[in-house]
Amino acid sequence: MSELGRSEPAAVWREYWTRGRGSAAFVFGLGVTALLIAVALVSLVWTPHPIDAIDIPNRMQPPSADHWLGTDLYGRDVLSRLMAGAVNSIAVSLVAVGIGAGLGVPLGALAAARRGLVEEVVMRFNDFTFAFPALLSAVMITAVLGPGAINSIIAIGIFNIPVFARLTRGASLSLWKRDFVLAARVAGKGRTRITVEHILPNIASLLIVQMTIQFALAILAEAGLSYLGLGTQPPAPSWGKMLNEAQTLMSLAPHLAIFPGLAIMVTVLGLNLLGDGLRDLLDPRLRRQR
Amino acid sequence: MSGDDVLLKVENLTLDYALPRRRLFAAPPRHRALDDVSLTLARGESLAVVGESGSGKSTLARTILALEAPTAGRVTLCGKDVFAASPGELRKLRRHAQMVFQDPYGSLDPRRKVGWIVAEPLDALERVGRAEKLARIAEVLGSVGLKESDADRFPHEFSGGQRQRIAIARALITRPDLIVADEAVSALDVSVQAQVLNLFMDLRESLGLSYLFISHDLAVVRQVADRVIVMRDGKIVEEGETEAVFGAPRHPYTRALLAAVPRIGGPRRRAV
Repeated sequence: MSELGRSEPAAVWREYWTRGRGSAAFVFGLGVTALLIAVALVSLVWTPHPIDAIDIPNRMQPPSADHWLGTDLYGRDVLSRLMAGAVNSIAVSLVAVGIGAGLGVPLGALAAARRGLVEEVVMRFNDFTFAFPALLSAVMITAVLGPGAINSIIAIGIFNIPVFARLTRGASLSLWKRDFVLAARVAGKGRTRITVEHILPNIASLLIVQMTIQFALAILAEAGLSYLGLGTQPPAPSWGKMLNEAQTLMSLAPHLAIFPGLAIMVTVLGLNLLGDGLRDLLDPRLRRQR
Repeated sequence: MSGDDVLLKVENLTLDYALPRRRLFAAPPRHRALDDVSLTLARGESLAVVGESGSGKSTLARTILALEAPTAGRVTLCGKDVFAASPGELRKLRRHAQMVFQDPYGSLDPRRKVGWIVAEPLDALERVGRAEKLARIAEVLGSVGLKESDADRFPHEFSGGQRQRIAIARALITRPDLIVADEAVSALDVSVQAQVLNLFMDLRESLGLSYLFISHDLAVVRQVADRVIVMRDGKIVEEGETEAVFGAPRHPYTRALLAAVPRIGGPRRRAV
């Protein structure tokens, strides 16, 4: 069956690394994600310049030795704000994906374990949520609840719930028919315990991959909401907000739009590649083919 | 046979599956998987249920173990009605009846170590200390011919026959009276089949187990069963001592089943 001759965790990780290393996309995704996290962590204790130090005489400077990525309309250092903006993006996306997975996975697992009416109710509610275009509805939610980082987290989080509920239900349903789950039932285990001990561990890799991809989408959504002025509020730094401020200055200081845009693009690309790479890596079918 | 000797009693068991609706407002059609099935199994006895696929024999096994709810009928295990039992009572009853599945690759959770898998019924059904649990794991692994150290390995490190031994060890750990074996050897190579069947027979002697063998393989049945029940389309069509049924089958379906067994060198006959 498996080529993992030995099964100590260390050996499993070594095996993953050996195979993952072969994929340039996976390595790039992993590198970008690691860099993003590192930059965000560093910005918590150090940025090249204070993020809200206004310096009107030096505003809209192109990149220089002092300001590596230039300065914005108020003379604030773009690099410092990008670094701090990474924290903002990660925090919003992390909590939003956390809400999605934290509610979606139990709902999906419940639907698969209970079947019948419970399943119908959960899944129809899912379809209802899915039927709305996510970003448009997030705009609506933040418009109703008022703009702000917290509300944008809620808005993005809500639309992550059905994604995880569907994935969890679908993957769980096939597991419930497997003999080892029947064996657990014969052993006298209840549905909740079987879900925790057998179902969730066996779909964990699937969920991790989905989380990576949803994380990328959440970063994009957060940037979109902030760009529209519905997300993170000034003066807190946010990539979407920086793009918004830059758009009127496109001809005067194009670097103000280019760098936040690049940051968003590279981050989302990196996370997507990481997700794709993880999927290839964790898919047992691919492992067996080898 | 007297009442005390009866381990399992199945009375008029009927089970319908609902099929997909053909028309929106018509009641969904039903398929009768079990039709008025009755049987008794004495302590220490080995009973085989044979029939082709779709005859309802696996459904019967699952219903006896309360994995499916019957439409009508009663299952009495150790004198207690399985479907009238409260969840707590049912859990107690489960200690007396365990199951071995067909596919030793699918019946063991790939993410758990053998020791965990084997101890699963014990964890769910009994309260035992760590030391006793380890002792019980070692005991059952020993009784199926595996090593105590195998408890720390994963299922994929074992061959098909060894995995089926692990599954048998799991079924034994609560010291049950009844083992339901659903095609337990049909996924194994012939030589491994013989080993596992011998193991079943040895365990029967040493532990006083009763068996309900679900099988389509008549050669296997002849080797292990005292009595045979032949099922077709959810109904019992013939029942009797193994040698009597095999030697002088009364029902035409049984004769057809027996005639379908391939024989080396013998004349070819048409399959069922």
